[in-house]
Amino acid sequence: MIVALSIFLITIGSVAFHFWSPWWWTEVASNWGNMDDTILLTFWITGAVFIAICFFVAYCVWKYSYKKDRRAEYKPEDKKLESRLTWATAIGVAALLAPGLVVWNQYVTVPKDAYKVEVFAYQWGWKYRLPGEDNILGKTDIKYINDENPFGLILEDPNGKDDLLVDAQELHVLKDRPVKFELRTIDVLHNFYVPQFRGKMDMVPGIVTYYWLTPTRVGDFEVLCAEYCGTGHYAMRGRVIVDEEKEYKKWEAKQITFEKMLAKNRKNDNLQLVKKDK
Amino acid sequence: MSDEYEHKLEAKSDYAGDASSVSTPDIDAVPDAELPDQELYHSHSWWTTYVFSQDAKYIGIQYALTAIGTGLLGLVLSWLMRIQLAWPGLGWLEPSSYYQFVTMHGMIMVVYLLTALFLGGFGNLLIPLMCGARDMAFPYVNMLSYWAFVVAVVVLLASFFVPGGPTGAGWTLYPPQAITAGTPGYNGGIILMLISLILFVAGFTMGGLNYIITVLQLRARGMTLMRLPLTIWGIFTATVLAMFAFPALLVGCLMMTLDSLLGTSFFMPAMVSLGETLTHEGGSPILFQHLFWFFGHPEVYIVALPAFGIVSDLLSVHSRKTIFGYRMMVWAIVGIGALSFFVWAHHMYVSGMNPWFGFFFATTTLIIAVPTAIKVYNWILTLWRGNIVLSLPMLFSLGFIVTFLNGGLTGLFLGNVTVDVPLSDTYFVVAHFHMVMGIAPILVVFGAIYHWYPLVTGRMMNETLGKIHFWITFIGSYAIYFPMHYQGFVGVPRRYYEIYDSPYIDVSTLLLNKFITIAVLIVGAAQLLFLYNLFASARLGKKAEKNPWKANSLEWQTPQMPPEHGNWGKEPPKVYRWPYDFSVPGAKEDYIPQNQPPSEIIGAKVEKT
Repeated sequence: MIVALSIFLITIGSVAFHFWSPWWWTEVASNWGNMDDTILLTFWITGAVFIAICFFVAYCVWKYSYKKDRRAEYKPEDKKLESRLTWATAIGVAALLAPGLVVWNQYVTVPKDAYKVEVFAYQWGWKYRLPGEDNILGKTDIKYINDENPFGLILEDPNGKDDLLVDAQELHVLKDRPVKFELRTIDVLHNFYVPQFRGKMDMVPGIVTYYWLTPTRVGDFEVLCAEYCGTGHYAMRGRVIVDEEKEYKKWEAKQITFEKMLAKNRKNDNLQLVKKDK
Repeated sequence: MSDEYEHKLEAKSDYAGDASSVSTPDIDAVPDAELPDQELYHSHSWWTTYVFSQDAKYIGIQYALTAIGTGLLGLVLSWLMRIQLAWPGLGWLEPSSYYQFVTMHGMIMVVYLLTALFLGGFGNLLIPLMCGARDMAFPYVNMLSYWAFVVAVVVLLASFFVPGGPTGAGWTLYPPQAITAGTPGYNGGIILMLISLILFVAGFTMGGLNYIITVLQLRARGMTLMRLPLTIWGIFTATVLAMFAFPALLVGCLMMTLDSLLGTSFFMPAMVSLGETLTHEGGSPILFQHLFWFFGHPEVYIVALPAFGIVSDLLSVHSRKTIFGYRMMVWAIVGIGALSFFVWAHHMYVSGMNPWFGFFFATTTLIIAVPTAIKVYNWILTLWRGNIVLSLPMLFSLGFIVTFLNGGLTGLFLGNVTVDVPLSDTYFVVAHFHMVMGIAPILVVFGAIYHWYPLVTGRMMNETLGKIHFWITFIGSYAIYFPMHYQGFVGVPRRYYEIYDSPYIDVSTLLLNKFITIAVLIVGAAQLLFLYNLFASARLGKKAEKNPWKANSLEWQTPQMPPEHGNWGKEPPKVYRWPYDFSVPGAKEDYIPQNQPPSEIIGAKVEKT
């Protein structure tokens, strides 16, 4: 009796917790609200199965608890029942899978009009690079990374000259414009994750990974690293700010191109040389 | 119910009727033995009896105790990190120690506790007994297997004492971070971890070959494969999986060891480490992830399948009812085992592998849900119209069903590639895998220990202590992991030493962390009760009668209980039926042991198995 009641209460409690606990996802800030919808669909289907099976177990324990003068039913198999259950499960599973695959197809297909942003991860922080006016990110190689060239751009590649370098933990993106994040790391694995955007992808040294999204509301969001990357993993935070066009332009204007940065560095070098001569 | 079923019953009663009219010993006939009776090594000294034992039963106990001892360390580590998470202000742990404890906790629990306990422990104890063999096929190799495991554990624990401490790379040991500065234990601890795993795999291979060959070759006369208890099917299939999966881990470990010690670049691309460019070039970190999860996913089933098998037997015995759909259960075990080699990359949806693989692996992963669901249906249909004894093994089995159901269903979230994107690397994942491959199998382990304890010691464990242990463990661990899923929805990332008060994380989420930690401390402490019961009952427990649960399988039918060396006295048993003939209509008792000849149960309307 107690056992049956406990299983019953655990089931009721779980459902109550689901609906009335304060812990739920953050308000979505990108086009990936359909990921939330897939989760909700999964909740309805799996929740129904959970309740049905738990109640069934509780009922059995209550109804068929041991009596000395009673015998259990002797029925090793029931082919019809087994095949019905198998098909019902298969249909349920297909109902979960199909919408999931549709959304995944959207997730891995970047729209043609998406603009590119390189997210640059290192132990333990973030930098960003924008393609500049030509809309092409210049080629890079980690062997060129040094104090003067923190992103390791290849000097011979003309496309890199107008790249905007954002050597800060903070990135601005445009509201309602699809953006493709090209993810690059120079050391270990990282993962560029903004809870409100829902999207996620590991960054792997040696390759450039990507994902895309369209921010849907203005705001200031925290960036977290979502792939364990060493002792400083938990402190690897950044910020993404979603702007309307006007504010975005203001921010963009403040960023410095690779060419300008090189010139500035050289000037500094020259200054230092002058100092040394004295 | 169905016509087909009625028809079968009729055929059955014809068979029984024939038997009673003729009533010759012919109906007791079993095929001749194909192999001569096994010759055994008999120990002569204290050392060869108690330390370097070659008796599988004894090796099983050695394996189990070593695994549980190591698991206790894993438990204590979980306390330490939960305290850090609940009260980050205390400065209780350094970030590096936190990550080291996370890593060691994970590896210990998955490999050195669960794998060793289910296969090394229960496998050794139960395979020869349930198959009706005198011992394993190769007792000496079996002994070596255990001692290789001991050395692996010693090497693993030694890593706590090397400079830099144990590795803090996470139990997945992903390179490049596992072997580059910036991760704790990147030069000493990780090497010992890799060596320990290599030793474990070597030792396990020796044991595993034994389990497979024993099941295939040393079954008693009449013990066909389709008469094996599901426990054996689970352990056998899990061992086959391990034989295919562990080599992937082995080569992964070897290659990483070479990368770290000799400067090769299997997994190491050109990269910068804390400002310095390393000499590695051209390797692929994702290659390691493929190797790791090609081992790692079957590993889930290496733990789960023995649990599935054992819980099927516990449910059947303690509800005095035939396991429902035995053949379907066997094929589900085999099918899950086979499919488990085609789903590994669902751990890697957002790893940076070609995203188009997601379609394939999401599909295979959800397909595996079908045989798994069948198993759940058959467990609960075994309870239906049963005669359920609420003994300790039954309580833990019921706890298993609820927990496994919960953890299995959340697997449908994570397996479905789209849903995985927001949830991966959050506490949802942590909650899911603890529920499904931590708590669920551990509940089965407890049920199994309460069930087979009399077989090992000849005494029963204390029922009251056992019940307290059950309720705290079951309700407590549900209270730990159920709410934890919702932290994952909020987006709390896993493997964070401290969350701070991030703008998107509510204060109540931090409070939830405290609640979970308190539950962890209580559930952990309840295990001391279990340990006391385990050791004290060997002396103080009520003497068990022979076959105390009135089970059918062979391990309870030995001439002595606990069984002696060689198990079966003069003659090994002959088997006439499967182990699930409970509550057969027309039979005197509500159970018919596997070795009871048909001539002794005339009138029982038993189905042919």
